Amino acid sequence: MTPRPEATSTATTLGPDDVRTVGTPVDGHVPDVAPDLAWDDRRLHYDLVAPANRRRFTVIVVGTGLAGAGAAAALGELGYQVECFTLHDAPRRAHSVAAQGGINAARARKVDNDSLHRFVKDTVKGGDFRGREADAFRLAQESVRVIDHMNAIGAPFAREYGGRLATRSFGGVQVSRTYYTRGQTGQQLQVAGADALLRQVARGTVTLHTRQEMLDLVVADGRAQGVVVRDLVTGKVRAVTAHAVILATGGYGNIYDKSTLARNSNATAAWRAHRRGAYFANPAFVQFHPTALPLMSQWQSKTILMSESLRNDGRIWVPLRADDDRAPQDVPEDERDYYLERRYPTFGNLTPRDVASRAARERIDAGYGVGPLKNAVYLDFADAIARLGKDAVVARYSNLFHMYQQATGDDPLSTPMRIAPGAHFAMGGLWSDYDLMTSVPGLFVGGEVGWGYHGANRLGANSLLSACVDGWFTLPYAVPSYLAPLLGTPALAPDHDAVAESLDAVRSRTGRLLSTGGTQGPARFHRRLGEILYRSAGVTRTPEGLAEGIADVRALREEFWQDVRVTGEGDVLNQELERAGRVADYLEMAELLCVDALDRDESCGAHFRADHQTPGGEAQRDDAAWCRVSAWESPAPGATDARFVRHDEPLTFQAVPLQTRNYA
Amino acid sequence: MKLTLEVWRQRDAVSPGAFETYEVTDATPEMTLLELLDRLNDQLVVEGREPVAFESDCREGICGCCGMDVDGRPHGPQANTPSCEQHVRSFQDGDRVVLEPLRSAAFPVVRDLVVDRSALDRVIQAGGHVAVDAGTAPDADATTVGYLTAEEALDFAACIGCGACVAACPNGSAMLFTGARITHLAKLPQTRAERGTRARSMVAQMEHDFGPCSTYGECAIVCPAGIPLSAIAAVGKERMRAFLRNRAD
Ligand SMILES: Cc1cc2nc3c(=O)[nH]c(=O)nc-3n(C[C@H](O)[C@H](O)[C@H](O)COP(=O)(O)OP(=O)(O)OC[C@H]3O[C@@H](n4cnc5c(N)ncnc54)[C@H](O)[C@@H]3O)c2cc1C
Ligand code: SF4
Ligand code: FES
Repeated sequence: MTPRPEATSTATTLGPDDVRTVGTPVDGHVPDVAPDLAWDDRRLHYDLVAPANRRRFTVIVVGTGLAGAGAAAALGELGYQVECFTLHDAPRRAHSVAAQGGINAARARKVDNDSLHRFVKDTVKGGDFRGREADAFRLAQESVRVIDHMNAIGAPFAREYGGRLATRSFGGVQVSRTYYTRGQTGQQLQVAGADALLRQVARGTVTLHTRQEMLDLVVADGRAQGVVVRDLVTGKVRAVTAHAVILATGGYGNIYDKSTLARNSNATAAWRAHRRGAYFANPAFVQFHPTALPLMSQWQSKTILMSESLRNDGRIWVPLRADDDRAPQDVPEDERDYYLERRYPTFGNLTPRDVASRAARERIDAGYGVGPLKNAVYLDFADAIARLGKDAVVARYSNLFHMYQQATGDDPLSTPMRIAPGAHFAMGGLWSDYDLMTSVPGLFVGGEVGWGYHGANRLGANSLLSACVDGWFTLPYAVPSYLAPLLGTPALAPDHDAVAESLDAVRSRTGRLLSTGGTQGPARFHRRLGEILYRSAGVTRTPEGLAEGIADVRALREEFWQDVRVTGEGDVLNQELERAGRVADYLEMAELLCVDALDRDESCGAHFRADHQTPGGEAQRDDAAWCRVSAWESPAPGATDARFVRHDEPLTFQAVPLQTRNYA
Repeated sequence: MKLTLEVWRQRDAVSPGAFETYEVTDATPEMTLLELLDRLNDQLVVEGREPVAFESDCREGICGCCGMDVDGRPHGPQANTPSCEQHVRSFQDGDRVVLEPLRSAAFPVVRDLVVDRSALDRVIQAGGHVAVDAGTAPDADATTVGYLTAEEALDFAACIGCGACVAACPNGSAMLFTGARITHLAKLPQTRAERGTRARSMVAQMEHDFGPCSTYGECAIVCPAGIPLSAIAAVGKERMRAFLRNRAD
């Protein structure tokens, strides 16, 4: 799937200084206490809104995934007026529904020596020390309530025979802290959350607007005070104002076109907010999932994810000999290279995602890839079947096997699966402080649209958790504290200049897309953008490749605005128009993604720079220079200096001291 | 492979619709039905014509967005499989395939193959939820749930809300969908406080928007989540139980 990043000598000589300047640092507003006490301390100092006053405040929530549904429902339960938007026809369809593996929680009920602190240690270390330590503590602390709450509102978690919650170990950790419901954890949590949201809709605290896409943010008097949405069915564009805005619009992994994400996942809301002043943190941090399906044909629309729980029993290998064309069963045992077990004897097939993805990419690029396009590695269950019996293996993974068979036509019981790294999870996102507030006051983020917790590499099953914690248990504390001093202030008047300006911006952009009159549909641009990004900002990055990527993205963006063809009209359901708007935003964002990757002159987690590796081929961090978050500001349209501005947030680690990740 | 597609085209809810015929000459067996439409749409855009509107999102059988009638059958030829996991390998070279929106009075057409399934959410809104506010839940281990009970609840909780059952039903009933939800929640001890009210209000809303069930069983054949017909029997049982007990739980 991923062409190898070529370090060509013809590349431009673009260096970081040509594409960015360094601005003033940003403050994460982390409470000035030990990180494990930060959340208790902060909650104690938050301002409150009395119950009778809550209905005087309107809060906009964009997105109904785990984070959005949770935030909207929780604020509705508390008595705030909530205006909730989703581009889907029903809240349950949000992308969270697709998560399979499970949700972590630091409940530490067993005697496998798990604890809240160990959860934090795994999270911070897994993220290669590029996330905020205090945020990880909050995540751990609230995780207990998340499981209780989701269970109470109807998520049927897997149970032991004795009736207690079952857990499994997942995603490169050595304890058992992942709660799950078969391979449908995301679905069950999402449906429970969406139904809790509908309960508030029935109560009248939440007004739900389906099939409406947020296309701009309204910023007035320096505060986020509304959004501009387009009704996807009638094309009507309108503004809605409120006292605060929460974005819970998911991650941007789809920028790579072929990804494990749902096709409608996008970066538009986040990117439009960024263009209105919200800093974008670490856009280069994108996790490539090691167990995605490889590309098999030209029209394949995504790289479906096979849950990595498969790595608990599946063994990963490629033939010892390059360009080996034999069928897997014809390759004898001693001519197979179980490269993860060879390189990482302690963790073996369960090494963290970035390590597993990189190792696979390395083997594929070196010519050992398998399958018709030689772009995959094998995930083999033969040993597990011999050890546990076919029935036991089928019982563990039947739905995943079924899914694989549906997608490929192959039976994983008789022939090994083919897997490859695919763009998956966005660790970067809108920068926010400890209170989940962005650099635009009044604009909050929750879930994957934000940047918190995961650093440069997310541990499996921590993302559903972060979306739930943000939505149900952080925003309902932080947002009221922001609102309290605004009591008595009405929501922004609909005829305010800032509203008119945002409305105009959306209308003219939509009009421009519809009237460009070119020859290529937006889907083709998206495909080409994906190819550029896999090549230049994929699993392995080089300065030359990234410089080339920046140039390619700029050229493609120019071509887009000259040659895009958006058929149809603006006053009916027009999926081409929706697509075009999202691709246009990706084309802007892709440049920043490459700039961030070029600028961050180190390897960390999923951001692997070939020019920064240990002699053993592992990621070489540079803590002295880069133990910080890059929070980006884009140049204003028409600015004389067209460079991006990097604002740094330095990171400190107290509870989990900086150390080299080592999975050997 | 060459396939001839007869596709329902309809500009919006109020315009009349009609079939249009298209040809895709380079279809391949491993393509999904939706990728086949992507291919067709690419071709239509090149020709300067408007692509076919259809819904999809996850493309892996879990979000419930996709769904269309294929040769008169919701989702397509392969039983218990969503449209996004139907493959061109189910068709023969030279076949003519008819693609229509999910047909049901309760699902008005929005455009082409896209329908409005919000009637399903009205059933959930009527009572398919649990009245527990954030932060007030007891320890999840305080109530034990037997392994098998959890598994049974899951069998019903698997519904992806696609609406194919409604489109397959000669009466346009949403019994399988409603039954799946009622049964899932009724099986779990922690959600039982509103079991009676829930059954009453969900069934009332369902009867308001959809047709009655006369147990044709067509629904279970197309259901991509494999919801068993026993979900339907459970609706009657839960309703009767609620009636006899005349209490909230
Ligand atoms: C295949 C797959 C498997 C995964 N498995 C796991 C797992 O096992 N464990 C784990 O922890 N994590 C997993 N993840 C990651 C996890 O699912 C996501 O990070 C998480 O669900 C994101 O939730 P969210 O609420 O932030 O966003 P989403 O669920 O993506 O919700 C986004 C919402 O925003 C709306 N929206 C977006 N843009 C707009 C707009 N402009 N206007 C209006 N509405 C908009 C959408 O309609 C949607 O309602 C997986 C991810 C994938 C892709
Ligand atoms: S019961 Fe089956 S067919 Fe009906 S909505 Fe649910 S998943 Fe779809
Ligand atoms: S696209 Fe999600 S179920 Fe088919």
